[in-house]
Amino acid sequence: MTLEIIGITVLWTFLFGYLIVASIDFGAGFFNAYSLLTGRQRILTNIIQRYLSPVWEVTNVFFVFFFVGIIGFFPKTAFYYGTTLLVPASIALILLAIRGSYYAFETYGSRGHKGYSFMYGIAGLFIPAALSTVLTISEGGFINVVNDAPSLDYDALFSSPLTWAIVVLSLSSVLYISAVFLTWYANTSGDREATNLMRKYALIWAFPTIITAIGIMVELSSHNPEHYNNMLDIWWAFGISFLLFIGTVWLLFKKKNYGMAFWMLGGQFLIAFFAYGFAHLPYLLYPYLTIYDSFTNEAMAIALIVAFIAGLALLIPSLYLLLRLFLFNKDYVRGNKDNHA
Amino acid sequence: MGNEESVFFSRLLTEMTLSFHIIYATIGVGIPLMIMIAQWVGIKKNDEHYILLARRWARGFVITVAVGVVTGTAIGMQLSLLWPNFMELAGNIIALPLFMETFAFFFEAIFLGIYLYTWDRFENQKKHLLLLIPVAVGASFSAVFITIVNAFMNAPQGFDLVDGELVNISPLLAMFNPAMPTKVAHVVVTAYMTSAFVLASIAAFRLLKGSNHIYHKKALYLTMKVGLVFAIATAIIGDFSGKYLAEYQPEKLAAAEWHFETEGNAPLVLYGVLDDGEVKYAIKIPFALSILAHADPTAEVLGLEEFPEDEIPPLYIHYLFDLMVTIGMSMVTLSALYWLGKRLKWAFVDSKLFRWLIVLGGPASIIAIEAGWWFAEVGRQPWILRGLMRVEDAATTSGDVDIMLYLFAGLYIVLGIGSIVVLTRMFKKNPVEQELKDRHAEKGGDIL
Ligand code: HDD
Ligand code: HEM
Ligand code: HEM
Repeated sequence: MTLEIIGITVLWTFLFGYLIVASIDFGAGFFNAYSLLTGRQRILTNIIQRYLSPVWEVTNVFFVFFFVGIIGFFPKTAFYYGTTLLVPASIALILLAIRGSYYAFETYGSRGHKGYSFMYGIAGLFIPAALSTVLTISEGGFINVVNDAPSLDYDALFSSPLTWAIVVLSLSSVLYISAVFLTWYANTSGDREATNLMRKYALIWAFPTIITAIGIMVELSSHNPEHYNNMLDIWWAFGISFLLFIGTVWLLFKKKNYGMAFWMLGGQFLIAFFAYGFAHLPYLLYPYLTIYDSFTNEAMAIALIVAFIAGLALLIPSLYLLLRLFLFNKDYVRGNKDNHA
Repeated sequence: MGNEESVFFSRLLTEMTLSFHIIYATIGVGIPLMIMIAQWVGIKKNDEHYILLARRWARGFVITVAVGVVTGTAIGMQLSLLWPNFMELAGNIIALPLFMETFAFFFEAIFLGIYLYTWDRFENQKKHLLLLIPVAVGASFSAVFITIVNAFMNAPQGFDLVDGELVNISPLLAMFNPAMPTKVAHVVVTAYMTSAFVLASIAAFRLLKGSNHIYHKKALYLTMKVGLVFAIATAIIGDFSGKYLAEYQPEKLAAAEWHFETEGNAPLVLYGVLDDGEVKYAIKIPFALSILAHADPTAEVLGLEEFPEDEIPPLYIHYLFDLMVTIGMSMVTLSALYWLGKRLKWAFVDSKLFRWLIVLGGPASIIAIEAGWWFAEVGRQPWILRGLMRVEDAATTSGDVDIMLYLFAGLYIVLGIGSIVVLTRMFKKNPVEQELKDRHAEKGGDIL
């Protein structure tokens, strides 16, 4: 493995981490708002708050890790993406900020107003939509470089079916991932009603997810044939991912082993995400930027990797402790214990 | 929008975000330490009051952390969005501490989650206190790492430029640059000092507003004592920062001191106005500038005449410097008087006037932080990387920065007001007296 590949693998892994934990968070907010509308709030609020409260800040760090790390390993990305993403990234940031702080205000401060929960739920859908446009842009064709100054072509971006397919995929996977996780969580806490409700949502959102994923493949075959062909070369990875998807849906359908269902869903996304990313290489941004010509110097790369390993040695035990105490602790999940400050 | 405008608005947006973030970040660095001290004293003395103090501070802390986290995320990304050329260059040389900072955040975030949700979960209180250590360490280290990046901007090293190419890069040498020791130490210590005085100001305010509960008196005494220690440390390290400037960034010191001609026996100029290059109405402390710069009353201090016209920072930083130093010295005096007064039983330290001064101390310390940063950052102008890259060459070429500026301004207004409203409501709804009663905890020790 070259240093470039190690670097991008580290970053991609953290982006995957963010994808999963943030989806759970965003989806939960949406379901909460939706249940308010339909008068079933009581069922979900407890479950959602018990899970989210101790971990929301950790979710955010996954994101920060990714965008700080990419500047470290691939400094040229600052030039291309930094210049062109000003507007979409700023909008995502503002939404993230409102959502994150509102969450803290509401949880630790005082109970707010229904309207806020509502906005909170909706913001959770706009954020992945805004962030997912970065994936679209990376496929190439949306950035013009005039006099060394890159700029984003909004007309092309908003009129491309690829953009919208990716937006829809991001939304439905957020809801799907979140629903599967919450089904499991509610089941562990012994809450029948919530389990059934979340299971229903999970089954509903499974199909749009898989259909748009296939739609994106079709779209890519014309938009970026190079990436498409690379993906076809590793068709078997997408095949395994699809089998795992079937497995999850089957378990949900049979009301069996929700824990296993969630792990299979994790596997499905993990494999598809890495296969997609692998096929995208060596490009970070078609056709301007590859991992090779944007890579940092060797001294910095080695320093970052050493720091990363040392950091992981610290982080993994801590994360394990967090999960042990709040995710896998039956007393806590069931709500028998409340030791909040 | 022309590029000049992009630069202008990028500057404005950076200034705004950082000035807002630093308030919450400073509190985020200092408060965990204060909570730790209070909880530790509580366990040691077996005094329920201190434990409750720690617990109530921890609750308020969550709100400030939340705003710190979201604004920090904003500035972290804005650095790449607004200064892409700078980040491309900086990424090659100084990415290491930025990257390590994210680990510090991770560490802090994980243990904060655990700490907040494990009150009274352990038989042995000390175990719970142990969980707070990684929070405090993580918070302080995020300040250390980000300040290292900023130190690098002031004194870049650890690489060579050969024909426009970066060679011989050494990430460690870049981190341990000459600006780093004083800058890191001053930033961390002022964060502790500010947090102590902000908490003191809350306690004093409660005492003024009717509650005469011993709980607030204990809180006030504890925070003022800790504040005194860190205020003294701040002044000492500030003096070292002056010596650093004299050696490595003499133009910043000269501009801050309106020191135009190189000379020995240099006086320190406080306040005053500039009239056609003449300093008027200023307080001059003889020899003090020579002492600040070189620890020698006769030493020669470089004046502004030595530097090219277009490399001299704006002269208004003089007032920022004076404001910071004035507040620093006043806080040393105020907390020393309080501490002595308590030991020697002087009545005036419990007077209304004195308590109002303590109430002012919190906001004043925050103003000193702002003034200090504005002084340090504006004093680096026109450089973004001193001697290497000018600000106007670093900014984005995007034409939409002005709209983003308005959007973020709206965001900070909402966050600022929201956090204040939530914090006041949180403590008003649940007064100490009530909470103490609820906990059947009337076994508290005596003050002093
Ligand atoms: C509570 C806040 C506070 C207080 C009371 C002081 N400072 Fe300060 N000072 C800061 C907060 C600060 C800061 C915000 O932390 C700065 C801005 C950038 C930095 O490195 O630290 C700073 C910068 C800073 C610098 C510039 C360093 C540089 O640009 O590299 C100098 C020379 C001093 N300080 C000196 C002092 C002196 C002599 C003080 C006398 C009491 C003092 N400061 C009090
Ligand atoms: C948190 C406290 C800080 C505050 C309040 C602050 C304040 C400011 C101010 C007022 C300016 C504008 C100077 C001018 O244009 O006249 C500025 C510029 C800038 N600062 Fe800081 N700063 C802080 C810390 C940092 C740190 C830690 C970094 C580095 C990681 C940093 C990076 C920058 C950059 C990139 C600019 C833009 C270029 C420039 O105008 O010099 N700042 N900051
Ligand atoms: C010297 C000035 C600064 C200090 C002392 C400081 C300190 C902190 C602290 C303590 C936090 C955690 C929030 C909390 O626990 O309260 C934080 C958050 C953050 N800061 Fe700053 N910061 C400074 C300037 C900056 C700058 C210039 C950047 C940009 C690179 C930055 C990036 C961040 C980010 C990304 C977060 C959020 C981390 C998360 O998601 O947990 N900070 N900062």
